[in-house]
Amino acid sequence: MQNGTTHCRYAEDVNPAFPAEIMTKPGGEALRDCIQCGTCSGACPMAVHMDLTPRRVIALTRAGLERDVLQSATPWLCASCYECQVRCPREIKVTEVMYALKRRAIEKGMYPKRFPVPILAKAFYNMVASHGRNSESRVVIELALRTNPLSLLKMAPIGLKLIRTGRMVLGQDHIKDPKQLQAILNAMEES
Amino acid sequence: MTAYAYYPGCSLSGMGKPYDESLRAVFGHLGLGLEEIPDWNCCGATSYMSIDEQKAVALAARNLALAEPMGAEVLAPCAACYLVLSKAQHMMTDYPAIAAKVNKGLQAAGLTYTGRVVVRHPLDILVNDVGLNAIRAAVTRPLAGYRVAPYYGCQVVRPYGTFDDPLRPQAMDRLLEALGAQVVEYPLKAHCCGGSLMGTMEDIGVRLSFLLLKEARARTANVLATACPLCQYNLEGYQGKMRRTYGEDVTLPIVYFTQLVGLAFGLAPKALGLQRNLVTADPLPAAV
Repeated sequence: MQNGTTHCRYAEDVNPAFPAEIMTKPGGEALRDCIQCGTCSGACPMAVHMDLTPRRVIALTRAGLERDVLQSATPWLCASCYECQVRCPREIKVTEVMYALKRRAIEKGMYPKRFPVPILAKAFYNMVASHGRNSESRVVIELALRTNPLSLLKMAPIGLKLIRTGRMVLGQDHIKDPKQLQAILNAMEES
Repeated sequence: MTAYAYYPGCSLSGMGKPYDESLRAVFGHLGLGLEEIPDWNCCGATSYMSIDEQKAVALAARNLALAEPMGAEVLAPCAACYLVLSKAQHMMTDYPAIAAKVNKGLQAAGLTYTGRVVVRHPLDILVNDVGLNAIRAAVTRPLAGYRVAPYYGCQVVRPYGTFDDPLRPQAMDRLLEALGAQVVEYPLKAHCCGGSLMGTMEDIGVRLSFLLLKEARARTANVLATACPLCQYNLEGYQGKMRRTYGEDVTLPIVYFTQLVGLAFGLAPKALGLQRNLVTADPLPAAV
């Protein structure tokens, strides 16, 4: 992945519509107020693992460098702890910006491939949309099958402990009337 | 009797079962009722929001709409559920276009959301509604010998938590002191455990959780109290992996704050689900 220090960018790399679009998303409105102070990156517990720090994600987003931002692992490494957001001196909703970038990356199919976080998000999304509830064990097993089936072996000891302590439900939990929930979601698509 | 519209969420019937059991026991002991929201659905957590924000709001709003006729405050013990339900309320207020779309969806299912329900966390209720004097009065077995690291995690206090400081919260500290426990100074109290990244990027999750336990032990804690099922699992379920990765023993019992409240009230450990905790509570003082 391009890390920004070894790669030149040119006018054709810029999508001028990109920052405007992110700024229309809930939480993205104040993006222009960023003073690049780096408080978000300093506060972020995940920053050391990221290819782009949160501050750089904001700078690149404002510059319209869509590809750099959407192919970055950074939005997917956000743990949603909201520490950047409550510390930001310009009151930018940094965590919400990360969510907006995740959704844009999925829409455009530009998220880092074989990265397990979007795969988990999709598995979770599909389970909730069809059953109305999430069964932890099933999500974990599905994620493992799609990314690294051998990891199931490694998980066996803790899985057994959870079963022994009555903390793992193996069946699929669901609401009584999944059709009612689907009616809500479908009606929203029509508008 | 005050009663709450209880939103257990998915975790509290699975990994977070001891949280559910201890919460019911403690609230019951205090004469507070819990009535489950009928046919509640998953809040959507952080994953659903990553795919479709408006539908994520609708998922949460269905639960709030189901709770409205109950005429009670919604009780959401899971940190992620608490955050998502609160967030949905903010979105419905701040973004009329999203509210219109969500309301249209709810109408298709014969539901109405007016926004009149209040979403509460049990920590808030115990400290601010029940109050520390009433808590002290209910203590029959003070937690002498317990040196507790009060761990709030992220989403109970940020960004929508209304009852405490988002970076240096105090509510759990005061509650634990009222139980007779010694509360250790714990600067990482609202620092992230890694959340759902433990399931996807395990090395990173293990590192964050390891730092939390290392600090708690350095501060001489002999137990850590949590207010979130994911924090509880991350911190207790990976202690062996932490030892193998970092060559340091960070064994520490990880309990729900409600389990400690129940113990101080003299409730039976089994009624509080303590036998389900993975790191045995044996290192805890003799009261257990």
